[in-house]
Parts: sequence; C-alpha cells; structure tokens
Amino acid sequence: MSTELKVTNKKENKFNLITTLAKYSVPILFTIICIICIIVSKLPLPYIAMELVSRLDRNLFLVIALIIPVLAGMGLNFAVVIGAIAGQIGLMTIKVFDIGGVPGLALAFVIATPFAILFGYGVGKILNKTKGREMITSLILGYFANGLYQLVFLLFIGTIIPVKNPELVLAGGIGFKNAMELDLIKYALDNIINVPIMGIKIPVFTFILVALLCVFNQFIVKTKLGQNFRALGQDIHIADVAGINVDKTRIIAMIISIVLAAWGQIIFLQNIGTMQTYTAHEQVGMFAVAALVIGGATVTKATIGQAIIGTILFHTLFSLSPAAGKNLFGDAQIGEYFRSFIAYGVIAMSLFLHAWQKNVAARNKEKLG
Amino acid sequence: MSNLWKKTIERFGYPKVYCSIFLVLLLATAIILKQSIPPLLSAALIRIGQGSVLVLALVPSIISGTGPNFALSIGMICGALAGCISIEMDMIGMPAFAFAVAVSIPISIICGLLYSILQNRVKGDEMTVGTYMGYSIVSLMCIGWLVIPFKNPEMVWAIGGKGLRTTITLAGRYDKILDTLGGFQMFGQVIPVGTFLFFGACCFLMWLFLKSKTGAAMVAAGDNPRFAAASGIDVNRQRTIGTVLSMVLGGIGILVYAQSFGFFQLYTAPLQMPFLAISAILIGGATIKKASISNVISGVVIFQALLAISLPVINGLMPVGNLSEVIRIIVQNGVILYALTKVGGNE
Repeated sequence: MSTELKVTNKKENKFNLITTLAKYSVPILFTIICIICIIVSKLPLPYIAMELVSRLDRNLFLVIALIIPVLAGMGLNFAVVIGAIAGQIGLMTIKVFDIGGVPGLALAFVIATPFAILFGYGVGKILNKTKGREMITSLILGYFANGLYQLVFLLFIGTIIPVKNPELVLAGGIGFKNAMELDLIKYALDNIINVPIMGIKIPVFTFILVALLCVFNQFIVKTKLGQNFRALGQDIHIADVAGINVDKTRIIAMIISIVLAAWGQIIFLQNIGTMQTYTAHEQVGMFAVAALVIGGATVTKATIGQAIIGTILFHTLFSLSPAAGKNLFGDAQIGEYFRSFIAYGVIAMSLFLHAWQKNVAARNKEKLG
Repeated sequence: MSNLWKKTIERFGYPKVYCSIFLVLLLATAIILKQSIPPLLSAALIRIGQGSVLVLALVPSIISGTGPNFALSIGMICGALAGCISIEMDMIGMPAFAFAVAVSIPISIICGLLYSILQNRVKGDEMTVGTYMGYSIVSLMCIGWLVIPFKNPEMVWAIGGKGLRTTITLAGRYDKILDTLGGFQMFGQVIPVGTFLFFGACCFLMWLFLKSKTGAAMVAAGDNPRFAAASGIDVNRQRTIGTVLSMVLGGIGILVYAQSFGFFQLYTAPLQMPFLAISAILIGGATIKKASISNVISGVVIFQALLAISLPVINGLMPVGNLSEVIRIIVQNGVILYALTKVGGNE
C-alpha cells in the first residue's frame, strides 16, 4: 500500500509540474510569438499601439464576461454567442426606430438586457441537464441559436414583425439586409470621454466601464453568491450536500455571463460601426475564449488579469499575423490561417489538458479507493 | 391516438419522428406547388449516396465508447489529400478513385492512431476536445493546402502558381464515377446505384467486423468499460481501433462525397461537416452511446432527403435568402442538442 501511495504521489508531483508549467507557459509562449510578429510585420509601433487600444476597447468586456461561469465550474462559456445575439437585437431595435447617439446606445443596452436574461435562463436550464458536458452543449447551443436568429430576422421581419424601412429590409420586403450601418451610434460610447495621447485616441469612458465590470466581478466573488459559485466550481456534490441550490446558482451564473456578453457585443459594434446582421455574433465565442485561454486561464480557473493579458496578446497576434505572414512567406493568407489555427489550437490544447488532468485525478482516486 | 403517438415516440425517438413528419410535409408541399417530383427524388437519392459513408464512419467511434467522432474532419482531410495526390499523378476514372481510396487508408490510419493517443487520455470529454482538435487540424491544414508543393495546374491557383484552389473540380477525372456506374436511369433521372452498392459493401463489411471477435470486444468495451476491463479486454486498444476505423471511413466517405458532388472542397470546408454526419446518425435513432447500421441507413435517408427536398420546395414557397440553409442549421444542431440533453450529465 505504501509503495502504491508513493507511486501516485510521484505521479501527482510530475503532474503538478506539468500543470504549473502549462499555467505560465501559455502567456510566456504567446508573448514570444507576439514579439516575433511585431518584429517580422515591420509595422510602425504607434500603429500597433493604436490597433491594440481599439481592439482592447472592443473585446475586453466580452472576454471578462466569461469569468463567472468558469468560477461556477461550468467551463468556458461558448454560449456567449447567444448574449451577442441579444445585444444585436438591442442594436437592431434602435436602428429600426432610428434613435442615435448616447440615448440610442443606452436604449440598446436597456432592450438587450431582458432578452439576455431570458436567454441566459434558457441556457442555464439546458446546461443543468447536461452537467459535465457544458462546453460542447454551449457550443452547439450557440450554433442552434444562430439558426433560430437567422430564421427570425430573415423570415419574420416584414411578415410578422412590421418593418418597412427599405434601408434595412431586403428588396423583397422580407428579412433584414446582410449588413447594417450603425453610424448613428458609432463611437457613441468611446467618444463620451476621449483623450488623445500621442496621437492615439484613448476611449476612456469604455475603459471606465470595463474597470467597473472588474470591480463588480471582484465584488460578487466576495458575496454569498460568489462563495456559492466557487463552492460549485470546486465540487458540485459537496456544494449540493452543503445545501447550496446547485441548479439555481448555475442559472444565475449563466444569466450574468449572457447579459455581460450582450453589453459587450454592443460595445464591440459601436466601435466597429457596421453590423454584419447574420454573422457578427458567430465568432464571438471562439475569439473571447481563445483570448482568455491565451492569458493563462484554464477551464476551471480564470482571473481578470488573465483576461486582460490574454486579450492584449491574442489581439496583437490577430492584428499582426497577416502582415507577418506576408513578410515571412510572401502570402498574407498564411498569416490569416495561422491566427485561426492559433485560436482553435490553443482552445483545443486547454480543453485537452483539463480533461487529461481530470482523468488522471479520477484514476488516482480509484487506485486509492 | 395519444397512446399511439407515445408508442411511436418511444420506439423511434423525437428526432426521427419529427424529421419524418417534416419530410412528408415538404413532399406534400412540393405536390401542391406542382413541382416535378422525379428530379426531387433523384436529387434526394444522390444526396443520400453522397453523405452515406460519412455517416457510417460514426458507428465504430460510438460503439467503441468514444462518442460521435466530432473530429471526423481529420479523416476527411486525409481523404481529400489522397484525392489530390491522385489528381497530381494525373490519373483518370475508376483507377484514380480506387487509388485515392487506397492511398487515403494508410494516411487515415496514421492520423487515427495519433488522434487516439490524445483521445484515450480524455475519457468522458471526447466530444469537446474532439471538436476543437478537429477545428485546429482543419485550420492548420489550411496552411498545408497552401504550401504542399502540388504542381498540377488543374489544382493550383492560376495566378502565382502556388497553393491549391479552394474547390478542385473532378470533371474529366472521376466526377460521378460511382453515381453513374451502370448508368441506371428512371424517369430520365440518374439513380446513383454505384454509390449505393459501394455504401452497401461498406455496411456489410462493418456488419461482418462487428460480428467478429474484435468487433465483439469493441462493443463490450464501449458498452461497459469497467466490466470489459475486468474481463480482460484492453479498453484503450478497442477505443483506438474504433477511432482508426472511423477516420478511415471518414477519408473514404469524403471521396465518395466528392465524386458525387463533383468537387473537392478544401480549406475551411470540412470545419462543419462532422456535425452534418452526426446529426444524420442521431436522427436515425442513435444516441451518444449506442449506434447501429440501421440507424445509419434510416438517418442518412431521412436527413439527406430532407435537405435535398427542402431547398427547391422552400424556395418555391418563400423565395427569401437561403431559408433552407437556415433550416439545416436549426435541424442539425437541434438534433445534436437534443441528444446531449437526453444522455444527461456524465457523473
């Protein structure tokens, strides 16, 4: 028995080393790749800084929206796509009623929120039926929701929902056009407070919102609810025995995440200025998750710091890899494919490491028991 | 009446029943719209043949206990690569197709073996990990298609002379080589007898394999890994065999698909294709843990017929954008979602 214990301990030690390495190696590795990209792309640094600021402005909120489900043990929430859909519903509404500027944007937030709460509730309900398979379920849910979304806005607009505006509706009178100009709220949020530093416009107000979100996240972890999230994240059975209403807590975590994703998508699109009606939400989940994971987060652990570092690294890579690919291989496309490989690959790696760790832990437990 | 409904659902499951009803409704609509029925049916048959082997590829993976192979795209890439090699060697007709199949098998076996090393470490999470493994290999291979030094001008971009095209036509090579085998026609429409024969042969071989000793061990390992391990079956080995078989059939499946479709689709095309196959087998009544050849046949018939018929019928009914594509997305992912909730948590 004692030898057996030793063996497992040794294994665990080996594994701990692997996990610690994995934890820090990812951001370090990507820092190196980013530096190489910066050098190879030969782009001027001010340009890179400007790109980075605008990309942080667009994406940080969405990435931070992923943290609470991770805390609550629900893994990486690929269903943020559904939150993005709620955000887009808000934006479409203000576009239809033609309300622009800050009031329009505020209205978009207000309209998106109840949709997001409703969707979050639904996602939470379904994920409660598939405990332990949340990630594949949330991924497929995102795809499924995408189908429903397209059905509603292709078929119901002009037939059930009376929208006549020819600027928005397809020539046949049914369905929204593929792209929507959002010039009426472009930069509405970013320009509330906008400080130029060395020629780079810093959208201070958006960053203040992100900071507030960080404070909110830290605050909620400290509350009773946050304690419950963490208890769930550590061991769902023990949490259940301890009298926590597991299903309800998970639904709340999901609602928070989806609502934040909806707001995040609105922030994202007000900076972009146009909305691809049927595709703008599709990649949101993948990009946000990849950014979080590159920051060193795992399926069971994510912090705000990791979200910020990850977003910086991922989007540096993302904006530079076409130029780097062009200079290195004479083909910008290689860079483009490379970045999508990185996004998918880093998620795959993270999921793999998590599942492997879980398997080894289960086997060790079995051996001991 | 409600009793009968309940029994039907119990026997066939919601996906199969609802999809069949939908299919019948579509056919009825086609008749009401006075659309010509023979071309519709022929299109449906051709599509059934197209997707058939790809759906069969999921049987070994489900039976061996690794769940539906969400990384089937890896096998598809192996098949497409073999197909490109056959064109590069300037082969034509049936020998070219046979050569492509023969070349795809060893490539798929190697990839299957490598992939199962990963997979045997993530028991219980094969679906999530598999999906993203498939995605990353597809995007890695996007770079591959650009840099592999193929020379044949039919496949390489005309401008620049480097990198494969996104779609490679098979016209003059082995376009519809199986579909038109024997030249069966009915009401002036092609009946893809050759493809069905090929699929039938694959099914028969699969059936034989499942009856063999290895096959029985695989079923046991998938059914109850603990019990199988206790009775001396190497569960990991059986899972490996299941995965390799699945990848091999995926490779052959994409070649069958391509000959009927007339093109190889490279780059990001295989990204979402495993989902299509998975939903077909689930419609056929398979679950994430159980599948049979009859599930494959009924699933591929119902789902592919649905897709083939929905396109002209829905466009005739409602000429809005690509509504039939939207319906595909909803049906496909709805079915997978249903199967996931049905099987419950894995604790």
